[in-house]
Amino acid sequence: MRRLALVAALSLPLAAHAGEAAPVADDPALEERVMRLSHDLRCLVCQNQSIAESNAPLAVDLRNQVREQFLAGKDEAAVVDYLVARYGDFVLYLPPFNATTLLLWLGPALLLVAGAGWLGWRLRRRVREAPPPLSAEEHARAAALLDGTAKPSQESRS
Amino acid sequence: MKAKFLVPLFIFLLLAGFLGYGLKLNPREVPSPLIGKPAPAFRVPQLQAEDKTIAPEDLKGRVWLLNVWASWCISCRYEHPVLVDFARNSPVPIIGLNYKELRGDGALDVKGLDPATELASARQRARQWLVEHGGDPYTVSAVDLDGRIGIDYGVYGVPETFLIDQQGVIRYKHIGPITPESLRDVLVPKIAELQRAS
Repeated sequence: MRRLALVAALSLPLAAHAGEAAPVADDPALEERVMRLSHDLRCLVCQNQSIAESNAPLAVDLRNQVREQFLAGKDEAAVVDYLVARYGDFVLYLPPFNATTLLLWLGPALLLVAGAGWLGWRLRRRVREAPPPLSAEEHARAAALLDGTAKPSQESRS
Repeated sequence: MKAKFLVPLFIFLLLAGFLGYGLKLNPREVPSPLIGKPAPAFRVPQLQAEDKTIAPEDLKGRVWLLNVWASWCISCRYEHPVLVDFARNSPVPIIGLNYKELRGDGALDVKGLDPATELASARQRARQWLVEHGGDPYTVSAVDLDGRIGIDYGVYGVPETFLIDQQGVIRYKHIGPITPESLRDVLVPKIAELQRAS
């Protein structure tokens, strides 16, 4: 019984996965434009879905807005501006490059440069700090090990 | 050299700090780009008076609240008594925006309904809800049948409340139901501040 519940729980996300909402306009070319732009716009109700994927009423309304504005002759940039004016940059899946998103855009590159710099510094220091030379006794032991003449008893002790 | 082992600890604390801060943020509260901008214009029928309309410009010169609500909105039920109570001695008019009264209700199918019938049924339903839930706190309510005004105001969930100043500029947006605490700590002080500024 418990195993059955587990299987049910694991398959839940599959069942919950919503298919894309059905297109509405008769013109397939227009509908494709609407859907393409909708994929770049975040649904504000179900925030990890685009308005193309979501069936939330607001997503449907926003898709209708996009369609209407395309029909009125607006281009992609104008429609995006219209939505950003009302919902803010949050509605965009690709955040714009500005003062507040500076760290978001440049952060990974900064981390990479800092990491590479640190690694280079460590490696160079390791080269400078060469290991101390072997003493005569260590040298002899290493040579014996390489020749295969070292006694097993000695090996196991060390 | 001894302190070297503190480095991972330091990084851990830094990360924990960031993540802890992130946990406290509410992803449902999307900041409105409309703060500091003029309230979007509309002119639509009133909910209460059949032959009258309401527009933001009718309230020019006053500080007012625009409260987005609908009878199908569950959170509105929690907010409603707070609003009714506040309306009794509110220093400002509370204007309702009845948002998608019929179309927002997933249980209803209103496709093919003609506009006049839709407006009439929306009015009837909304008024009945107000009667059943302790009265009408609104000076007037605007009827937003298709949710277009909502989109202009960047509404993405009901209820939401906007505070608008004498010049018709949006000064603050409250997301989610208004509670006695949010009234006392945020809205009332902000209203007083705006009224002093006049």
